[in-house]
Amino acid sequence: MNLEAGRELVAAPQSSWSDAAAAGEGAGPDRPAHGDDDDVSLAVDTSARDAAMALARSWSLRAAALLAGLALWYWAAKIHLDFYFRFDNVPTPLAVAEALWRHAHEAKFYIHILISMRRIALGYSLAAVVGIFLGLVMGRLQTIRDLVMPYIELLRPIPAVAWIPLAILMWPTEESSIIYIVFLGALFPIVLNTIHGVEQTPEVLVRAAESLGASRVQIFWHVVLPAALPSIAAGLSVGMGVAWFSLLAGEIISGQYGIGYFTWNAYSLIQYPDIIVGMLLIGVFGTLSTYAVQLLMRPFLAWQRRTR
Amino acid sequence: MIGRVVKLEERAAAKTGRGADKGRILIERVAVTYGRGAHMHMAVTQTSLEIAPGEFVCLLGPSGCGKSTLLNCVAGYVRPSQGQVSIDGVPVTKPGPDRGMVFQQYSLFPWKTVFDNVAFGPRLAGKGDAEATSTARTFLEMVGLSRFAKKYPGELSGGMQQRVGIARALANYPAVLLMDEPFGALDSQTRAMMQQNLLRIWDEFGITVLFVTHDVDEALFLADRVLVMSASPGRVIADLTVPLERPRLPEIATEEAFVRLKRRCLDIISVESLRAFEQQNR
Ligand SMILES: Nc1ncnc2c1ncn2[C@@H]1O[C@H](COP(=O)(O)OP(=O)(O)O)[C@@H](O)[C@H]1O
Ligand SMILES: [Mg+2]
Repeated sequence: MNLEAGRELVAAPQSSWSDAAAAGEGAGPDRPAHGDDDDVSLAVDTSARDAAMALARSWSLRAAALLAGLALWYWAAKIHLDFYFRFDNVPTPLAVAEALWRHAHEAKFYIHILISMRRIALGYSLAAVVGIFLGLVMGRLQTIRDLVMPYIELLRPIPAVAWIPLAILMWPTEESSIIYIVFLGALFPIVLNTIHGVEQTPEVLVRAAESLGASRVQIFWHVVLPAALPSIAAGLSVGMGVAWFSLLAGEIISGQYGIGYFTWNAYSLIQYPDIIVGMLLIGVFGTLSTYAVQLLMRPFLAWQRRTR
Repeated sequence: MIGRVVKLEERAAAKTGRGADKGRILIERVAVTYGRGAHMHMAVTQTSLEIAPGEFVCLLGPSGCGKSTLLNCVAGYVRPSQGQVSIDGVPVTKPGPDRGMVFQQYSLFPWKTVFDNVAFGPRLAGKGDAEATSTARTFLEMVGLSRFAKKYPGELSGGMQQRVGIARALANYPAVLLMDEPFGALDSQTRAMMQQNLLRIWDEFGITVLFVTHDVDEALFLADRVLVMSASPGRVIADLTVPLERPRLPEIATEEAFVRLKRRCLDIISVESLRAFEQQNR
């Protein structure tokens, strides 16, 4: 095949960059030449079946692990396992399911959920806007970076819980202080990942854009921002996790609504199954919202999935 | 078929429209030093050159001798410490669309499709969408990659990516094409094909090409003129005319005239590297 291409090159250079030659090159030496089409489709079939099998196996293992965990939990709660840590006050999975079912018929339950979601939505979107903007500016302008970085370095290690007293003192309402804590929690991973992404912009791409006539602003939109996007997406993902973490801290300590309040209140009221209902809610909504962020970012990163 | 004829005419028009006297590169007493104080390092020393419009010139030399530095002065990425570069009488102060650039590393925007990569220059130039689209189509066809317009660069082989890079650089109809070891990372067969097709494009456009390479065969196969550079400090030590007939085919490499030129180049380089070696060991 390569010899043929070579001969064509000598005989008619005009046509050697035809699409046919390109296709040959694209296929590469490791793919079979034309005429072996049957083998190709057979190979694809087997590998597709293998992949499906692997996927099925992986999911059944996951389901089995979950079921085993539930069974273990049920057993430990049932026999009131007491082995350094105690299961005598831990409700069984059945009691938890029962509690969940009961709450599912109460409006108040949904208010808790909606209020938590609202706090996440407000705090997180604020953090996303401010974080991406700050990160982009700090990544491009050294002066701004020098001005802002000390604050980030200093404030970043302070956990959300530590902020609660001051946040309550600083903000007029409990609601705004909780949103502030969510905002702070999500902000740092988003800023830092954005800066990192901007720094990773390959210099050769900036140069290419310059030689094509791009202005500084155009370079920013067409090169720096897209180059930083994978890292920004990672920051947004991590930020969503931290946002939930911070939300719970805020809700447990102040407020009368929210999933965190519901969970902690269940403990005070000795409604032990509700503790686990609250925990499960946090897990489910935390996972779902992180997944939603990833889903939202997907269209912007389509090129990455198609890069081999 | 008709579409193809029209496009070829378009290209011919573009070529004549450019005129035969665009793309004169003048390098006047250019010197480049990197760093300062104890770390100061002279990458290129006092170099003066003139490259005529439409000429194909290769800068040949061992790696680290300052070829990229000199090319980057013409491109506008590096500001000479002394002297100046001008294109058609206009001093170079920054990179611009009048000088197309093809890099050694793959430099396509991975988030833009092949088509959008090529259309990027015309769009930046404020061309309407229709014109940018037709320009991009024309150039993709010229490098034989129309079928891959909707792919992303990461889905293409190295050779194909470099072809897109060439199409992208030419889509602004620059007066000068600057190429920094563009085929250095390709396998020898792809490389031979790329060289031959580059010559075809050059012939079609009548564009000035300044091409950096460390490969003697590549320089002789492509160029009208080979400028041999030597290291420490980087400077042009020989300016050889390559009087080989065009169009050139790969067999030319076995012809007597080619072999003679090659021997001359190698002689110059070996004398020079011996000198550099002795200098280092003194
Ligand atoms: N940005 C830079 N800063 C400092 N030194 C550099 C820089 N770019 C190149 N050099 C040095 O200048 C010399 C010439 O480099 P370069 O022009 O890249 O050579 P070539 O392209 O011929 O390999 C080398 O010694 C290299 O280390
Ligand atoms: Mg170089």
